[in-house]
Amino acid sequence: MLEKALSGSKRYWAWVLLLLAIIAVGFFAYMNQFYNGLGVTGMSRDVSWGLYIAQFTFLVGVAASAVMLVLPYYLHDFKKFGKMVILGEFLAIPAVIMCILFIFVDLGQPMRIMNVILHPSPRSVMFYDMIVLCGYLIINLVVGWTTLGAERKGTPSPKWVKPIIYLSIPWAVSIHTVTAFLYAGLPGRHLWLSAIMAARFLASAFAAGPAILILLCFIVKKVSKFNPDPGVGAIQSLVKIVRYAMIANVFFYILELFTAFYSNIPEYSAPLRYIFFGLDGHTSLVPIMWTATVLAFLGIALLVFPTRKNGATLTIGLLSIIIANWIDKGMILIVAGFVPNSFERVIEYSPTLNEILVTLAIYAIGALLVTILYKVAISVREEKAS
Amino acid sequence: MSINRRQFLRRAGMITALGLGSSFVISGFRKKEVAVAAGYTKASEDLPAKRWAMVVDMSKFKTEADYNRVIETCHKLHNVPKFPNPKDEIKWIWKDDYHHTFAGGHNEYLDEHVLHSPFMVLCNHCENPPCVKACPTQATFQRPDGIVAMDFHRCIGCRFCMGACPFGARSFNFRDPRPFIEGEISTEYPTRTPGVVEKCNFCYERLADGLMPACVEQSNGGLIFGDLDDPNSEVRKIISTKFTIRRKPELGTQPCVYYLVGGGDHA
Repeated sequence: MLEKALSGSKRYWAWVLLLLAIIAVGFFAYMNQFYNGLGVTGMSRDVSWGLYIAQFTFLVGVAASAVMLVLPYYLHDFKKFGKMVILGEFLAIPAVIMCILFIFVDLGQPMRIMNVILHPSPRSVMFYDMIVLCGYLIINLVVGWTTLGAERKGTPSPKWVKPIIYLSIPWAVSIHTVTAFLYAGLPGRHLWLSAIMAARFLASAFAAGPAILILLCFIVKKVSKFNPDPGVGAIQSLVKIVRYAMIANVFFYILELFTAFYSNIPEYSAPLRYIFFGLDGHTSLVPIMWTATVLAFLGIALLVFPTRKNGATLTIGLLSIIIANWIDKGMILIVAGFVPNSFERVIEYSPTLNEILVTLAIYAIGALLVTILYKVAISVREEKAS
Repeated sequence: MSINRRQFLRRAGMITALGLGSSFVISGFRKKEVAVAAGYTKASEDLPAKRWAMVVDMSKFKTEADYNRVIETCHKLHNVPKFPNPKDEIKWIWKDDYHHTFAGGHNEYLDEHVLHSPFMVLCNHCENPPCVKACPTQATFQRPDGIVAMDFHRCIGCRFCMGACPFGARSFNFRDPRPFIEGEISTEYPTRTPGVVEKCNFCYERLADGLMPACVEQSNGGLIFGDLDDPNSEVRKIISTKFTIRRKPELGTQPCVYYLVGGGDHA
């Protein structure tokens, strides 16, 4: 089926070339990092994880969000999602691949990555994260490819794939839970040491992931003859999921704020004071965090009121939610986990250009994979329609 | 010659099987070397202990020179580089003031001496080390004598241990450390490659030769080192008879570095 990605319009190829150019630039930036060490990034002794691990965290959520289509469709026979499920699965695959790439570029000794398998360490959460991420990638590849292949031939999906689809549901929950455990199990990092961390991760994932998927559906509708939502209200159903997930996410965040500020234990509130008000005169994250706060409420409002039915305001609402979640999880949560540091000193972090170029290149790889997979899926659908 | 899909898959499968098989043969040979290595026994002069621990006697650190002598000896012996940019900094043993060392609630009415004199800080060699639990490759591990050690050749540089350590004891080689080693390179301890984590090792290489850690030797009695499990050891006697404090004991990691504050005898 892959051959379908090899024929396309001029616009398609221009897009692919643009992505390849970004990837090429990022590749050279990575070579610079590979030869000169992680010193070319903004990370330091005090803030030892930065943009890369934050993107990893955000994208695990995007990958997990496919379950928001799979679960209603396969468990509740929610037929409206019939045409969209494959798009969810084909978004999960590039998202997991991006996660793995972000981990890879974050390593100081990337050539030793196989040590994780050669010397398995079942006490480390990282070990389980590797297992669930690789497993989730395989599950989605098998399910997506098999169901689309069957559809192309006009036959029902083979019976053996059903149990794998059911398995993918708890598995999706597991990838984000285990990722939250990476942080929530560490003593002495007060921003992360929270029982509600995994719940927050899932809520934000089920808001941002489907929001990205809806925007991708809009693009698909524009650039192809395939309509993922031929007037059945699939997108509006997904909007409801995004809305409630985002409300839950904001609610969970407020729970964190209450516990930290009302208990008034200095260590617990210090990182939150840092991101909302600044600490010891350091305020670089404050404007960014307030932007996210405003966008979160704006996004919820636009999705609650009838503005959700208007294409333009719906797009703005979804973008607000995606950006708010990206700022929260794809930047601040990881960085502020290290601020203040173990000595209660504020050492700030900001990414370098080299780091940003590598990050952009990995996103471009993800976008390229989404493009190819969606092209295949859409071509099969267009072929069937004609 | 053209091949169809089925043939291609079959051949690809055979090549993969061959590759896996030969890698097994290679690792099979390696197993023998491991068996030989396991035959080695401890050096006869190796100091035995069940739980190494250190007491920092603050009354013995009086001048700036007392601190610097200790720090410089350690960093020189272990080839710890000096980076100009604090972002890349590597430290094994260093000093910090009371409030930052014992983070968690300020008390501004403390004794002036305690408030303003710096404290020696280093890896606590915790009894329940969170860094060892976090490491996905067991590159950082706990020895039977309690020392938390590092295998620089196994470390993948993921820095999970740095996130896990509540004491900020770990440093990462963000850049190649070798050009930044000041003076002559020490032959007592290996230099490191970029991209690996490092920290204090309680001088296990000296303990194996029957010597005390370098910092202890240079501290004029300010650092006391011994086996916590031995009721007759000096560290055990101090800890059981005088009031000592530890960094962040509430986290349950059981740090093995104790601070004797308020003077030696009349504490």
